[in-house]
Amino acid sequence: MVELERLKMSDLEVDIAVIGGGPAGLSAAISAKQKGAKKVIVIDRNNWFGGILPQCIHDGFGIEETGKSMTGSEYAEIYIKKAEKKDIHLINETMVLKLNNNKDITVINRNGLHKIRAKAIILAMGCREKTRWTTMIPGDRPSGIFTAGVAQAFINLYNIMVGKNIVVLGSGDVGLIMARRLKLEGANVLCVVEFLPNPSGLPRNVVQCLDDYDIPLLLSHTITCIHGRERLEGVTIAQVDKKMKIIHGTEKKIKCDTLLLSLGLIPENELSKAVGIKIDNLTGGPIVNQFFETSISGIFACGNCLHVYDIVDNLSKDAKNTGQYATEYANSQNKGINNNNKYIKIIPGSGIRYVIPQRVTKSGKVHFRLRVEKSKEKSTLRIVDKNKEIFNKKLNFVTPSNMIGFNFNITSELLKSSKNLEVVLDE
Amino acid sequence: MNEKTITCIICPIGCKIFVKTNGKRIRFTAGYKCKKGIDYAKNEALDPRRILTTSILVKGGEWPLVSVKSIKPVPKDKLFPILKQIKKITINAPVISGQIIIKNVLNTGVDIVATKTIKKQSIN
Repeated sequence: MVELERLKMSDLEVDIAVIGGGPAGLSAAISAKQKGAKKVIVIDRNNWFGGILPQCIHDGFGIEETGKSMTGSEYAEIYIKKAEKKDIHLINETMVLKLNNNKDITVINRNGLHKIRAKAIILAMGCREKTRWTTMIPGDRPSGIFTAGVAQAFINLYNIMVGKNIVVLGSGDVGLIMARRLKLEGANVLCVVEFLPNPSGLPRNVVQCLDDYDIPLLLSHTITCIHGRERLEGVTIAQVDKKMKIIHGTEKKIKCDTLLLSLGLIPENELSKAVGIKIDNLTGGPIVNQFFETSISGIFACGNCLHVYDIVDNLSKDAKNTGQYATEYANSQNKGINNNNKYIKIIPGSGIRYVIPQRVTKSGKVHFRLRVEKSKEKSTLRIVDKNKEIFNKKLNFVTPSNMIGFNFNITSELLKSSKNLEVVLDE
Repeated sequence: MNEKTITCIICPIGCKIFVKTNGKRIRFTAGYKCKKGIDYAKNEALDPRRILTTSILVKGGEWPLVSVKSIKPVPKDKLFPILKQIKKITINAPVISGQIIIKNVLNTGVDIVATKTIKKQSIN
């Protein structure tokens, strides 16, 4: 897998350069090769491929895609093997420092600084976990505080146990899965503390990770203070009211040596921002058209750096399409896929958190993905053009933790006549 | 008669299904929205099973651990006894994903298999 030595990287010219070797990057690269791109490279800063998946040893991956449930590590290996078979150049331990509008990529690795020129670039940098400093939890600064994903890497990859008496803050899926993992490894998981009145993770994980092991879930609670000089000694928790304000007098100190944070994920887009790609504040990722092309022609984006997906199956599928579109761009040298002068803006209306793509630049069938703001039993999804409904779809049960996908045909008339389309969710 | 409330995990709705059981048969269920829920509640009340995933120590590999899983769901009350068994084991690299690590673990009829390929550590 180490391409470092074999590939003389100074002034390398490629058809498709993929930045990030996680599931999105691998899926996009495989698809690009299948669609006829000649030279495809995937650049990753780690010494392995598959991104976060090798540390996700729990099962539940690939059910929608393959019909059978596998672990994250198994899912990753399928894609790594495919990429190797397809003669995709996997370049590891290499960090991308800079991109420019001409699709030149500056990278650094043990052999020095290199320049790569690509006909099309696919961004697949993934996402990062929110930390204590994103939410500003007050108190001391002892050791023993980990984001859930970092603890997962320590335990599942490096055989390093993170602690004995554990409190988890945040009931996102990674937090729930880690609560179970720690319990299985013999730790004492004291509780999972959740700010919201309902768990953020899937019901499946609440049942199989907490209920199965009698781990208490404290809803409408938060951590108000962290205690400890060298190592964490305890946390103060308190109840919050409906307005998310701390209820004074409900504070309680819990003794623990380890705090795991599962506070959510942020798309990683330092490279995108530095080159001037427009970012959607709602997703934290690039604004793209239906071809997953960013505001810079020839630079595409997929995976969790575009928006944080619910399941890897959906992510791989979109990344596969991204690989195809990027290849069409590279092969035709068609500078016109992304006609940024003329497009329909897709606007998330009431009940909708965000919609991908944010722009439609060409007529035809478009696949949309969105997340809703709140759980609803029965609802109707509508597309509104100048106060007129042009599409509706009845939905049975929606929740923010599950993405919703649907197809809608954008006619050339609509493309000509409309500037904005609003997507709304009604009762 | 044993009474239980079971949260269905088949879909994101997460129905709370109320069941009465005598340990062999289900007598009454309420709170479900579809047939899949009844089946789930039945299994959950009479013979709850889980896929077990964990890791095993590896000697001489490029990673110190290999992730493993039970190839089929195992009875819930066997999870910790199986873990104890797994903890006793160290295997030598290389390990190939899908390779059987423990056959018929604790007579459950279920094999524990590797879910990751671990190459031998290269000598630098």
